[in-house]
Amino acid sequence: MTGYLLRRFGSLVASLVFASLVVFIVLQILPGDPALVILGPDARPDTLAALRHQLGLDLPVWLRYLHWAGGILTGDFGRSTAYDAPVATLILQRVAVTVPLAVMAMLLSALLAIPLGVWAASRRGAVDGGIMSVTQIGIAIPDFWLGLLLILLFAVHFALLPAGGFPGWWHSVGGSIRALVLPMIALAIPQAAILTRVTRGAVLDVGVRDFLRTARAKGMAESAILWRHAVPNALIPVTTLMGLQFSFLLAGTIIIENVFTLPGLGSLLFQAIGQRDLVLVQDLVLLFAGLVILINFLVDVLNAVLDPRLAARQA
Amino acid sequence: MGLLAALPWHAAFAGPPDSLTLAIPLEPPGLDPTAGAAAAIREVTYANLFQGLTRIDAQGRVIPDLAKSWTVSPDGLTYTFDLQTGVTFSDGTPFDCSIVQFSYGRAMAPDSVNAQKQLFAPIDKISCPSPAQAVITLKAATSTFLYDMAWGDAVMVAPKSAATNKTHPVGTGPFMLSRWVPGDRIELVRNPHYWGPAPKLASVTFRIIPDPAAATAALLSGAIDAYPDFPAPETVPKFQHDPRFTVAIGTTEGKVIMALNEAHKPFDDVRVRRALAYAIDRKSIVEAAYSGLGQVIGSHYTPNDPGYVDLADTYPYDPARAKSLLKAAGVKPGFTFTIMLPPPSYAQRAGQLIAAYLSQVGINAKLESVEWAKWLSQVFTQTDYDATVIAHVEARDLDIYARPHYYFNYHSPKYDALYAQYIAATDPATQTTLVQQLQRQLAEDEPNIFLFALPKIGIWRAGLQGMWTNDPMPVDDVTGVSWAK
Repeated sequence: MTGYLLRRFGSLVASLVFASLVVFIVLQILPGDPALVILGPDARPDTLAALRHQLGLDLPVWLRYLHWAGGILTGDFGRSTAYDAPVATLILQRVAVTVPLAVMAMLLSALLAIPLGVWAASRRGAVDGGIMSVTQIGIAIPDFWLGLLLILLFAVHFALLPAGGFPGWWHSVGGSIRALVLPMIALAIPQAAILTRVTRGAVLDVGVRDFLRTARAKGMAESAILWRHAVPNALIPVTTLMGLQFSFLLAGTIIIENVFTLPGLGSLLFQAIGQRDLVLVQDLVLLFAGLVILINFLVDVLNAVLDPRLAARQA
Repeated sequence: MGLLAALPWHAAFAGPPDSLTLAIPLEPPGLDPTAGAAAAIREVTYANLFQGLTRIDAQGRVIPDLAKSWTVSPDGLTYTFDLQTGVTFSDGTPFDCSIVQFSYGRAMAPDSVNAQKQLFAPIDKISCPSPAQAVITLKAATSTFLYDMAWGDAVMVAPKSAATNKTHPVGTGPFMLSRWVPGDRIELVRNPHYWGPAPKLASVTFRIIPDPAAATAALLSGAIDAYPDFPAPETVPKFQHDPRFTVAIGTTEGKVIMALNEAHKPFDDVRVRRALAYAIDRKSIVEAAYSGLGQVIGSHYTPNDPGYVDLADTYPYDPARAKSLLKAAGVKPGFTFTIMLPPPSYAQRAGQLIAAYLSQVGINAKLESVEWAKWLSQVFTQTDYDATVIAHVEARDLDIYARPHYYFNYHSPKYDALYAQYIAATDPATQTTLVQQLQRQLAEDEPNIFLFALPKIGIWRAGLQGMWTNDPMPVDDVTGVSWAK
């Protein structure tokens, strides 16, 4: 187990170094000059040159990479050119929106999906058919459209919750939670629909295995078979999918952030690319890559705990 | 969004009567108007946080600001400004002539990062006969000088705070920054040190709402009081039929054009450019791109501007004429070129319709969407493009057609000579005659296909007074805004 974890950790570090090189090179190739974006069409050549110097863009490419990568190793993530603020501060402000939102949406999704999926698998027929039709709709509905419907209903019509915006945790804890309720639901429902189907499929898949036939043969109650044997063995595809979904909720929520005007990580990245805020883009991509790799790593570890054979097979 | 109209009204408007929450489409990259071109910077800072010697009012007139009056020498070379006295910055730093010297000197310096550095190019020297008087000598008479000094890029900044204005703006305006939640909102409060009459509003919040549907919902739910430059023209009729809102359709300085690269054949041929103008029905472009709310233009000048001539009918929609002109110019049917489209929806929609019109006269226009940073690099700087649809938002920017290497590569000695006369003219009558000749020259040469003037769609709660209905400059001056009692 320890050797397995060490090797997984080693590949985690190698992936991060690779990701940092890729994002840096891509941003070098991408057309667009940060100084030109900041100063606009009327800027004179001498002004552009002065700003490029101020931003350190006149240094050789390899030196800029070393400055950036070296800074990260010493805990200095650099400064955003657009906000003129340390990137670490900017990212932390956005993490305070995105991470609670992703965690809440993931929890809601799991709380809905796992019981529903298990229920559908254990009661075939009308219950199963009903749940499957509902999840089909849930998968087909785009989250931004669901978000708009929720806004129309709960913000415009009933005026129960805000239509968008985020007051900030320091300013108002209650207001901040209220601001996250509708986006959480809009994000959770399509994810829950997918997760329900995967849970159902996994439980059904386990249901035909030999050990369940043995359990039935020795006279175990169906509910005990379900919860003690079928569900634990069905968890691996479920946790793997939840890992993927959580990565998506951290990095891929730009559209929902737009609909609810939430200052999250997705919109920060989008804005940073548009403004060619190079260091900020590099740091964010590295952060996302790191998070995805870390979540995959944690899922692997969790799966190894759930099914010790996985680690043993790869040892 | 068809559902909105059917819904009854339950949302309660909250907020004290001396506060205002308005929305803007993009977050400003910093709040220093002397170090960046983004329109969002001036939307928040102009007149509210920072002030210049002169300023533009809601009608587009140049009026006194930190200079209470001025005189111009008969040769147009010496401007003597009498400055307001008793003015301090929001941190208590006093304002006097040395601040004028510092601010303009900083904008002109070799290491200046002022996005409009050319505005200061005519300045020769600035002297201070007394703290309350600034004398500016120009290298050559510049008829637009007082207007130029009213730009948001020419505001007064103090030596102590200039370097940190991006995050902690310190100006002489009636408001000052109280809180900035990045990505969400910027809050201003009354500046207790303000030298003039206090504004009626005690606090102003700028919310950043880029999404058109979110903007509509924010207005309907009462989360914002106003959206001065509303981004969803197709939902305007809903607000017009709702007594709780005021809808003001005004004008801006934005000129939407299809720019043509004259360095690429056959766009060097005026017959081809005129043919394209005849081939496109610009009224339907306005309809598709902006729900019919913009005004068709025929030159690079808007109805807002002094000396405007209506040239919209220079090239009426006439596909037959377009075809014969193309034939005369030797353009074969099936000629293909690419139109670069930047992200705004008006450009995307106009581009699609233009391509459809051009196919009617045998021209195959391919569309390519580009993001803003790439547009600036590839189209604007490297002029590596055939055509592009873009709005020029700077006011009265006739000078761009006289610049030697501007991105449409238009060269006309006749226009350059007229422009030189216009800029040197000192009396208003000559200026007007010349500015009209400039517009006519552009309409005749049709270097670009002039499409329409961008409208300003302002929507705010009924009872809000003093909002600008036109945009003689892309700013959101809220210093004169109040709620009706």
